[in-house]
Amino acid sequence: MSTTMEQPPQLTGWGRIPGHGRELVSEDLERLTEHAVLSRGLGRSYGDSALPPPSVDAVATTTLADRLLAFEPKSGLLHAEAGLSLYTLNQIFLPRGYFVPVTPGTQFVTLGGMVGSDVHGKEHHVRGCFGEHVTRLKMRVADGRILWCSDDEHPELFRATLGGMGLTGHILEVVFHLRRIASPWIRQHSRRVDDIDEYIDALKDGAKKWPYTVGWLDCLTPGRHLGRGILLAGDWADPALAPARPPRRLPSVTMPLELPSFVLGQTTTKIFNTGLYWTHLPRTRDRLISWETFFYPLDALRKWNLMYGPRGFTQYQCVLPERAGRGAARRVLEVLTRRGGASFLCVIKDCGPQGKGILSFPMAGVSIALDIAVRDDTQALIDALNECVLAEGGRIYLSKDRFTRREHFLAMEPRLPEFQRIRAQWDPKGLIRSAQSVRLFGDRP
Amino acid sequence: MTHPPRKAVILGATRGMGRALSRKLVERGDRVFLLGRTPADLARSASDLTIRGSALAVGFHECDLERPATFAPALSAADAALGGFDTVIVTAASFASQAELEGDPALLGRLLTVDFTNTILFCEESRKRLLARGGGTLCVFSSVAGERGRKPVALYGAAKAGLSRYLEALDHRHHGQGLHVLTVKPGFVRTGMTAGLKAPPFAGDPDEVAARVVKALDSGQPEVYAPLPWGPIMKVIRNLPRFVMRRIKF
Repeated sequence: MSTTMEQPPQLTGWGRIPGHGRELVSEDLERLTEHAVLSRGLGRSYGDSALPPPSVDAVATTTLADRLLAFEPKSGLLHAEAGLSLYTLNQIFLPRGYFVPVTPGTQFVTLGGMVGSDVHGKEHHVRGCFGEHVTRLKMRVADGRILWCSDDEHPELFRATLGGMGLTGHILEVVFHLRRIASPWIRQHSRRVDDIDEYIDALKDGAKKWPYTVGWLDCLTPGRHLGRGILLAGDWADPALAPARPPRRLPSVTMPLELPSFVLGQTTTKIFNTGLYWTHLPRTRDRLISWETFFYPLDALRKWNLMYGPRGFTQYQCVLPERAGRGAARRVLEVLTRRGGASFLCVIKDCGPQGKGILSFPMAGVSIALDIAVRDDTQALIDALNECVLAEGGRIYLSKDRFTRREHFLAMEPRLPEFQRIRAQWDPKGLIRSAQSVRLFGDRP
Repeated sequence: MTHPPRKAVILGATRGMGRALSRKLVERGDRVFLLGRTPADLARSASDLTIRGSALAVGFHECDLERPATFAPALSAADAALGGFDTVIVTAASFASQAELEGDPALLGRLLTVDFTNTILFCEESRKRLLARGGGTLCVFSSVAGERGRKPVALYGAAKAGLSRYLEALDHRHHGQGLHVLTVKPGFVRTGMTAGLKAPPFAGDPDEVAARVVKALDSGQPEVYAPLPWGPIMKVIRNLPRFVMRRIKF
């Protein structure tokens, strides 16, 4: 039983690209973060943002700090410890008619992670990022102090922490607003879209009518039909039109083993994507579905990251500004197809304006996310995508990134100097850092 | 739920398996009262449980397994708040690795006192109060470490072995008087307590343990291994001959 052997020191992001590090855990976050250089939640960022820098062997994992500390039913204001998962939150509050104002595509994230990544979702065009709904944060900063920040207390630290990838200090507690929902059912409208250019219009059009929109697209069919796909839109169903019973919970199976690398190759990806497109035979379809199916379809397959084999995968997510015009998304997809890159799953979403987080990812325009299995040429592919995105005036999402070069990142991020100035004020010795911040921000290893 | 709601006092509810168990109880409608060492930490767990589904605000009182003088006042406070409790649950205990305990006699002394002597003192105080009202449930977390003399848990296991034997006798002695004694024997469970130890196969999570304990509380059984595989595993280990036990590291 209790041998005193340490965990093998290997830790990875969701993309399972081999990395180093181990997790320290405790219910007591204040004690746990005392000497830690980085906090980590459920490890759902894809790349190296929740891994320690090369010279440090451990991160502080917050998942045992999951208590609800205060809740005001009238306003929906909730105060909780940073390790609380969205899964638990939904389990408790959805039956009571509350839901997070902003949700990412998986429930297996912590509140701290949602703040650090300033997550966005299908509702970005109306509600912005999660950070817009956070009122206060309790943090441990680099000099050891524990303090609160908000729009009124240490406002710069607050704005830098929303989307700051945990690099401004350890997030201990989060206070934010839940929203009331009409029922636990979603009225979903879906529609087949013929190509990427039509997609941009379809998203714009959908955004006017629906609070939740997202598109899945096929980026393997080249030429005229590049970027065809299925647009999903939805809203909470009126209780009068929804079943009285709560929807059945999503059944979940766990991926039992790692698949060999060739399984998600070009051919299988093509078959899957073509199949997915043609399962949507009618042009439009309207139905009532459960919140879980609508928001978290991939959660049904636990550990789906094992599908990508021993070398792992990365997600490339970028946002292209509105001013880049309608053709920008097509140009990005063409970089992928021209290089013979295959993305098993491509997701497109229109974004509203940038929020208050200084390094927050979204900006008014269109965001594209591509899942890419790691191959020998992945670095070259990401470089090419980054050069294209840079030319369009776009930027990348740090929570997904593992391959971007520092020079590309610096060129994409005119906001970085402001972020670094605030960081230096709170952490002059540069203690708080990650493998990713060493790679991209130039922190000391 | 087929049983009427319980009124349970829990010593050790702020962490690990105690936290998971108290959440399960509250979510199904039982009332709980928390005992523990740090009032500020108890207050946070009480809020957590209240928001998760307690109809009434969850109360708490200081109670420290290192200070037996705190036992009686804590149980009295629980009694007053719950209007007479019918269930006492002890999940609190000290833990340290064999190497740490061998190297620090003071630490060893404290651990043996907390996990054996003082836990029994707390159980005696609870037992008397339960028997005085015609019975009830006393549920105490011991450990599979007390099942067999094993190399990596020679010292911690000794305290747990003594505790298990005491609980077994308590069941024999008071079963007829309506006292349900439930000895919980967790195997390796991933909690803050076992953080940093290499998890063996069949390591479980606090939620799995809590689910099995809730079932055992209701069924009236005297003993439960959790998570599930640890029952059969310990059956094998109990029957291994000495020459094997001398050789294996387990």
